[in-house]
Amino acid sequence: MQFRRTALVATLSVVALTAAACGGDDDSAAPTPEVADAPEFEAGTTMARIAEAGTIRVGTKFDQPGFGLENLEGEVEGFDVEIAKIIAGALGIAEDDIDFQQTPSAVREEVLEGDEVDMVVATYTINDTRKERISFAGPYYTAGQQIMVASDNDEIDGPDALRDNPDAKVCSVTGSTPAEQITEYLASPDQLVLFDEYSQCADSLSNGQVDAVTTDNVILLGFVADSDGEFKLVGEQFTEEPYGIGIPKGDVEFCEFIHDTLRENEDAYTEAWEATAGQVEGTETPELPEFDECA
Amino acid sequence: MSPVFDNIDLFVDGFLTSLRIILFALAGALPLGVLIAACRVSPIPPLRAFGTFWVTTFRNTPLTVVLVFCAFGLPELGINRSFFFFGVLGLVLYTSAFVCEAVRSGINSVPAGQAEAARSIGLNFTQGLRFVVLPQALRTVVPPLGSVLIAMMKNSAVVGAFGVGGDLWSTGQRLTSALGYETLPIFVGGVAVGYLLITLTAGALLQVLERKVAIAR
Repeated sequence: MQFRRTALVATLSVVALTAAACGGDDDSAAPTPEVADAPEFEAGTTMARIAEAGTIRVGTKFDQPGFGLENLEGEVEGFDVEIAKIIAGALGIAEDDIDFQQTPSAVREEVLEGDEVDMVVATYTINDTRKERISFAGPYYTAGQQIMVASDNDEIDGPDALRDNPDAKVCSVTGSTPAEQITEYLASPDQLVLFDEYSQCADSLSNGQVDAVTTDNVILLGFVADSDGEFKLVGEQFTEEPYGIGIPKGDVEFCEFIHDTLRENEDAYTEAWEATAGQVEGTETPELPEFDECA
Repeated sequence: MSPVFDNIDLFVDGFLTSLRIILFALAGALPLGVLIAACRVSPIPPLRAFGTFWVTTFRNTPLTVVLVFCAFGLPELGINRSFFFFGVLGLVLYTSAFVCEAVRSGINSVPAGQAEAARSIGLNFTQGLRFVVLPQALRTVVPPLGSVLIAMMKNSAVVGAFGVGGDLWSTGQRLTSALGYETLPIFVGGVAVGYLLITLTAGALLQVLERKVAIAR
């Protein structure tokens, strides 16, 4: 029993030390967006319903560094989370009253159709298949796909080099848009290696099982920054991935409300970026993109 | 059902990839499992200890952990093969422990007198096992072994998530997640039907085999 108690104390102190160490780089406290004081909305609109309820249900990712990542205290942090806070603020909802729900890529349409969330802010690329089931507000950010390789790799200098090196393997995530788009650049489908998470791709790149990793540049930059010079980005961004805010299909009023809110809060938008995804070295602070028409 | 028929070529590819994983894993796990079972019942203590160690290790480790070890651990040790190889290897190692135990239960069901009789007519251990005990054991083994193998067929879905991709499960993920199809029709109408085709066929074959080897004792 004596031994066990010692072990427990040792474990606890390690946990405490780790927590302290992680708390250390918390100098980038996210800004607190403005919360509107009892805003008025036309009866019957989504905004009126949400403001009345005093809480908004937001679907976001819990595992996407820079955009939506759950921290050790169980809170989600990231650019998507900040965007949701700006919109919630305009509805008179404080950030503590936002109900964030973990929404992996595969269920984003379902949670909106099933009315489990009011909106989805989850690195959600706007495309036509998705528009058949839900509507998008935005885009609020335009990401682009790029290629990451090991620093000592000179053969692969962009997506086209993958076609010229038919033995080269490129890694991405099952069911993601980048995995679909890279197929155009491959000599054979066998070149594509798919995992559940980008961290597994990075591990495979590090131990030489794959030659490249591809996804949106901001995600790759996070890995490059953490790799101590082991990885580098090559080539230009070869796609445009407009990230939108998923809302129930046909809710034009809510969509226009989101557009107005983002336009009125451009400063908060810039601050949100700089406190989250913009922390990664090599990223540029974006301008608010031109919005699509609400439909 | 139309989301399935619209993408029938993807499902056929996925079905064939899953089938390929399953056939390779079968070809590995069956002989390996029998070999380990032979170790576990052998008269040589180090072989018995090795068999016990093998079963304890792989039967008590979650399949995903075995697969992580194969896909990420082995490359760290300098072994670089395709993820298909690593995936099948993981499934073979994991399943062999269960095959071994099913076969051993069959061996134990053969009365000890049979092995003694084999020895008394001058057969050594290997010959006795090969010509006397295993043929009798096989009959009782068919039903439990069948369950183990069908479980393995379904476990092949896990292999798809470890860099293999393009199997039935990953195809379902791709269609619902990247291409935006509804989850239910894809997974019920496509993925589940694909696995059922494999497992029901296997079940029918096992039943035929069971009838073929059955004898009244």
